[in-house]
Amino acid sequence: MLNRDEDILQAAEAWQKAGHGVALATVVETWGSAPRPAGSSLVINDDGTFLGSVSGGCVEGAVVTEALDVIASGQPKMLEFGVADETAWNVGLSCGGTIRVFVEKVAQS
Amino acid sequence: MKLQTLSEVNIERAARRPVIVITDTANGDQRLVKAKDIASDPLRGELSKQLRMGKSGMIEAAGKKLFLNVYAPTARLVIVGAVHISQALAPLARSLDYDVTVVDPRTAFASPERFPDVPLIAEWPDVALPPLNVDHYTAFVAVTHDPKIDDPALLHAFARDCFYIGALGSRKTHAKRAERLKAQGASDTDIARIHAPIGLNIGAVSPSEIAVSIMAEITAELRLPKEAAKEQAA
Repeated sequence: MLNRDEDILQAAEAWQKAGHGVALATVVETWGSAPRPAGSSLVINDDGTFLGSVSGGCVEGAVVTEALDVIASGQPKMLEFGVADETAWNVGLSCGGTIRVFVEKVAQS
Repeated sequence: MKLQTLSEVNIERAARRPVIVITDTANGDQRLVKAKDIASDPLRGELSKQLRMGKSGMIEAAGKKLFLNVYAPTARLVIVGAVHISQALAPLARSLDYDVTVVDPRTAFASPERFPDVPLIAEWPDVALPPLNVDHYTAFVAVTHDPKIDDPALLHAFARDCFYIGALGSRKTHAKRAERLKAQGASDTDIARIHAPIGLNIGAVSPSEIAVSIMAEITAELRLPKEAAKEQAA
């Protein structure tokens, strides 16, 4: 399986070692009926290739875009997605929950 | 996350040792705590609580908002008996992200043709099981229907802290099994740990349906709070 958290983190390590820019996005808080629990993660490389998930698929596109910024800047970011959240992205969770996703770069040092 | 932290997480997970990564979400500062170091950590109370629940989450400590990411080992399923039910159970468990191992000393049963892509050990339980390091993150099922194989396997499971033990057989078969195991030193508490008849009662008939009922019961044991799991199984 290529979907387990441990496979995802191994892919992140392998991508980094192969010279890719890599970011890790992790669900850190959830309210209401969030599709994936805290600790769920998505890894993204600078090709835009990603593995894993932080939601049922509703906000992954937005997370990947933000992650590419994080890879470029090296600065971590906290993203929040919810039904009525229009501050950052017009992408909501159809299930009615709210999630916060921490996005960080995998750095050499 | 530093590459070194990520590598250490991967190493601990490959060795089936729990690990927790603590992140200060305000600035991205991070540190990793291995299971063996939790007892001496300043946050030991919070760390051991989250690990016990197997849950990641935010905490507040010394005015900081910290995210504790708990990496518990991947759940594993040890199937004793390379029987027809196991041929359905092994791929189903893998689709649920379990690491699956099948043990059966009978080489006619434990053949790669019958179990493509599944680690198979064609040895008796006393040889096959000790190297597997059956642990708290392991579900253990004995489905050979042969006391020569199932009984020693179950005795091994009792000695380990696995979160689920199940054995195939009717109530009558199970009563006889309980007597045999007690004669070999098993306690009433040990016997009570066995889920038998195995699986949730969903009227399963075919091997595939029985596999579903077994995985449903294992999932309940893994995920539901203890009392609720018992009600489901009843």
